[in-house]
Amino acid sequence: MKLTHIIPLVSLATAVYAAPQSFDFKDPKGVNNAVFKLDAPLESVNGSANGITGTVSFDPENPAATTGKIVVAAESLTVPNPMQKEHLHGANWLDVTKYPEITFEAKSLANVKTDANTTTADATGTFTLHGVSKDITVPIKLTYLKDKLSARVPNLNGDLLVIRANFNINREDFNIQKGQYEDKVSPTIDLSLSIAGASPAK
Amino acid sequence: MKKILRILALLIVLATSITWLATGANRGWTKTSVQVKTLDEVTGIEGITYQKKFLPGVDFLAVAFGGATALFAASFLFRKPNTKSNQTNN
Repeated sequence: MKLTHIIPLVSLATAVYAAPQSFDFKDPKGVNNAVFKLDAPLESVNGSANGITGTVSFDPENPAATTGKIVVAAESLTVPNPMQKEHLHGANWLDVTKYPEITFEAKSLANVKTDANTTTADATGTFTLHGVSKDITVPIKLTYLKDKLSARVPNLNGDLLVIRANFNINREDFNIQKGQYEDKVSPTIDLSLSIAGASPAK
Repeated sequence: MKKILRILALLIVLATSITWLATGANRGWTKTSVQVKTLDEVTGIEGITYQKKFLPGVDFLAVAFGGATALFAASFLFRKPNTKSNQTNN
């Protein structure tokens, strides 16, 4: 067998057997965030959450096989108005004491398009909020930053994976004040997720 | 007393209006913190933190104006001292 035949075979074997990397989204820098917005008559309710954790399995050679789970600590949801924050966390709205986590578990990707280090896809998975789980599909953008971990965390080599997603949900689907206050707070919640996970080199 | 209440009402209206205008005339709800965005140059993510800052909104104005109106209304409960009748009696 000639060398020119062996090289493609070795490359193929490497691609087939390359193990997916596990990316940890616990962010010591506190940059990862989820932004939410609800329309309201006087002023839209804008806030964010930064208590984000989770792991995602990503294979740069096969982004379509990406799976994982992202968890947002409900307690970390913040709005600039203290009374709105109290209501948001309270038993009538999110009830963060009883339902401390908001999660999205991605099970499969569709419409996967990869261009250089960026992949766009529709992720289907289970979104859990206020104790209610619902299967939803959200458009996501994955950016694989090879060997960039040391630029963010000195003395630690590895890769970064940035995930961005913009989508909306209906609060009534998750039993949050169903049929109530529709004239005061929109039932539609716009969500925007911007997170980066790290995969240290082994 | 009548005069004091009216001056107090005027001062409340002026002070709250000046405070509201000086802090950016926020036409939304009162806020006790504001979002500060910082760009993470490696990932391109805009991180969000909150900085403590009092930003009065229209609810703040409404409460202050309501209080001033109550003081102004209360001033009508006090009658002017009837100096003329006092002089006649003397």
